[in-house]
Amino acid sequence: MTSVPLLTVRGLRVDYTTPKGTTAALRGVDLDVDRGEVVAVVGESGSGKSTIAHALVRLLPEEATIAGGDIRFDDVDVMSLSQRALRRVRGARIGFVPQDPSHSLNPVLRIGEQIAEVVRRHLGLTPPAAAARAVEILDEVGVPDPAQRARQYPHELSGGLRQRVLIGIAWACNPELVIADEPTSALDATVQRHVLDRMQAMRAAHGTSVLLVTHDLGVAADRADRIVVVNKGEIVERGASAEVLADPQHEYTRRLVAAAPGLRSRRLEPSGGASRAVTEASEPFLRVRGLSKTYGSTGSPIVAADDLEFSIDRGTTFAIVGESGSGKSTTARMIARIVESDAGTITFDGADITRLRGTALRQLRRRLQVVYQNPFGSLDPRMTIGAIIDEPLRAFGMGSRGERASTVRDLMADVRLDPALAARRPAQLSGGQRQRVAIARALALRPEMIILDEPVSALDVSVQEQVLQLLVDLQAEHALTYLFISHDLGVIRQISDEVAVMRRGVILEQGSAESVFAAPQHDYTRDLLSAIPGGGVAAG
Amino acid sequence: MRLLRYPGMIVSILLLAVTALAVIAPALLAPYDPYESVGTMRLAPPSWEHLFGTDHLARDVFSRVIYGARLSLSAAGLAVVAGVTLGAVIGLVTGYLRGVVDAVVMRFVDVVIAIPGILLALIVVASLGFGPVAVGLGVGLGTSGAFARVMRAQVIRVRAEEYIEAARTLGGRGPTILVRHVLPNAARPIIAMAALELALAILAVSALSFLGFGAQPPAPEWGALVSAGRDFVATAPWLSILPGLVILAVVLAVNRIARYVGGER
Repeated sequence: MTSVPLLTVRGLRVDYTTPKGTTAALRGVDLDVDRGEVVAVVGESGSGKSTIAHALVRLLPEEATIAGGDIRFDDVDVMSLSQRALRRVRGARIGFVPQDPSHSLNPVLRIGEQIAEVVRRHLGLTPPAAAARAVEILDEVGVPDPAQRARQYPHELSGGLRQRVLIGIAWACNPELVIADEPTSALDATVQRHVLDRMQAMRAAHGTSVLLVTHDLGVAADRADRIVVVNKGEIVERGASAEVLADPQHEYTRRLVAAAPGLRSRRLEPSGGASRAVTEASEPFLRVRGLSKTYGSTGSPIVAADDLEFSIDRGTTFAIVGESGSGKSTTARMIARIVESDAGTITFDGADITRLRGTALRQLRRRLQVVYQNPFGSLDPRMTIGAIIDEPLRAFGMGSRGERASTVRDLMADVRLDPALAARRPAQLSGGQRQRVAIARALALRPEMIILDEPVSALDVSVQEQVLQLLVDLQAEHALTYLFISHDLGVIRQISDEVAVMRRGVILEQGSAESVFAAPQHDYTRDLLSAIPGGGVAAG
Repeated sequence: MRLLRYPGMIVSILLLAVTALAVIAPALLAPYDPYESVGTMRLAPPSWEHLFGTDHLARDVFSRVIYGARLSLSAAGLAVVAGVTLGAVIGLVTGYLRGVVDAVVMRFVDVVIAIPGILLALIVVASLGFGPVAVGLGVGLGTSGAFARVMRAQVIRVRAEEYIEAARTLGGRGPTILVRHVLPNAARPIIAMAALELALAILAVSALSFLGFGAQPPAPEWGALVSAGRDFVATAPWLSILPGLVILAVVLAVNRIARYVGGER
């Protein structure tokens, strides 16, 4: 190994200037990447980890400025390069894998053309040669039928395939360094594993150095030689991956390790000593029989739910786990009576709610509530937090204005939100706070059951854990029944009593959480379990 | 204040402030009575005494322009209010209901858009009778089609948002959701567009008055003032040119501010 690292960063500082003033996103970051090494930059949202990735190739948003520091790439001073010289480095010597595969490809250009463009520009290939090279690259990143795929448009590819195309583009010119900014956080766990495997194979084949930016400590543990932990624009800990995970030195790292769902395996218990009251009722609280739903009648119909059967006891959590397209959200939405089912019955507390309409359906809302995945999308951006939580109370005329205001304050206290936030708007809150607002709103009508559709998957791991704990506490306090939808087995392990594994509209297996995790019956479940990042490390 | 960095904005705001004063209290600004002759000086050229000169009846043209602001701008304002209201209601209903209602109503909107605005305004004026109110409504009808289109597109966008579905699962009723969630979230582009449309409405109203469909003599109105000067273009060109420049200045000022509201700097 050479003594001079491929990439050296010293004292990197980046400021963001907004109308309200200047905030420091990076406060003096030092970082080295050796040749052929994988370094993971780990941090939560707002930590500055993505800013590092973008600053290295000087592709920062307009409001960000590099306030100081030194970036040397293979002894080239990146800070002093002209834009022209930079463009020759980007793509050719430093590849970049962006976060979101759905927005990072040009939707009106064929896949092959987009890869060919890169190799034409940087390697000077003729158009036919570039087109042929594009097909080779697709083959190399494991895209099946590469010649045919090269002629397709981005929307015709799945998220996992698109991300492979982006990896292919990043490696197209055989770069010395690839910066991957959350390359798999938009993907399903099993797809994530395949994409990361592919990246690792590319790295091994080409001897490339990789700077892997991720929020997922498990991914970092599995894939990186060294880990750098970023918090509030500063590196708080660095070291070999196994050491950082086994013996975290900094308090922040310890919190991250403790909160990572893939790295631990126990069900959360209500805090404050309250025990969950699971009444042994003879009749299940919710029963689903033969529930089916097919989308798109003509052409190729998509079966979202096929003859589903399950039941949930009062006061327990039933989890449906599955990847995107498994039909788990459709199932939740059918039970929430947002989407109409094609066949089957849903029995809620002994009453058939499958075809409820009008007033009866509206009254059901008081007992059965929904919390959505995306706390950015499910709250009206123009309303204050107070008004949002008040909305269901208002809709059902629950008390006078003053009474409702005090109920809203109680609800905010229930979900551990500062009542002073009532006057704010959703954009002024963090993701975790927003999800608490959504939970408070769902609790407002004192429902008996809440359907939670990926309630924590948009949140940082440490916030995830807090919200899950809150849900467990609320369940104990109010004897709530949960239907919990998630793609993340790590999260499911923390909250559920019963688990159903779904794929392509079919429940492959279901049973108590312990039995599904300890002795999975179906190959797919085993596949899912082994795809949890960091699983291997946690055992040690 | 950040506005001060845009000199065009400062000039525009000052100009509109003066115009607004002219609408509210013309007597404060106008040196003379707009209806009375100010002596025997007919068709006098601009001077310090009579900034815009005098017309063929020896009335002070500057005072008439000041007094004309109220008629011209209220007709233009009426046009925008009518256009926005009609367009927003059509857009809200069609965008929210979709289906047959949407398909049928939007075809009528297509027809309205296909007819040149000025022609549509003439039809309304012809059926309601001459006058600023008819002109305002006519111009407003012409712009309502565009407002309906924009509103509908916004409503369709907002309707797909998760918080709309969430509102329904919280027990909200259709009309409540429409007014409390859809309308506020869809309104912003409409407001920016309305400001832009006001500038065009001032022009359209002036044009119709110029043709004689608006306010009738001796009432002062900007388009009518330009028109009245037409007969004396060879001998007293300022009679048409100066009121014309006032229209131009106000239209540009409104346009500048509208672009600022729309997010342009």
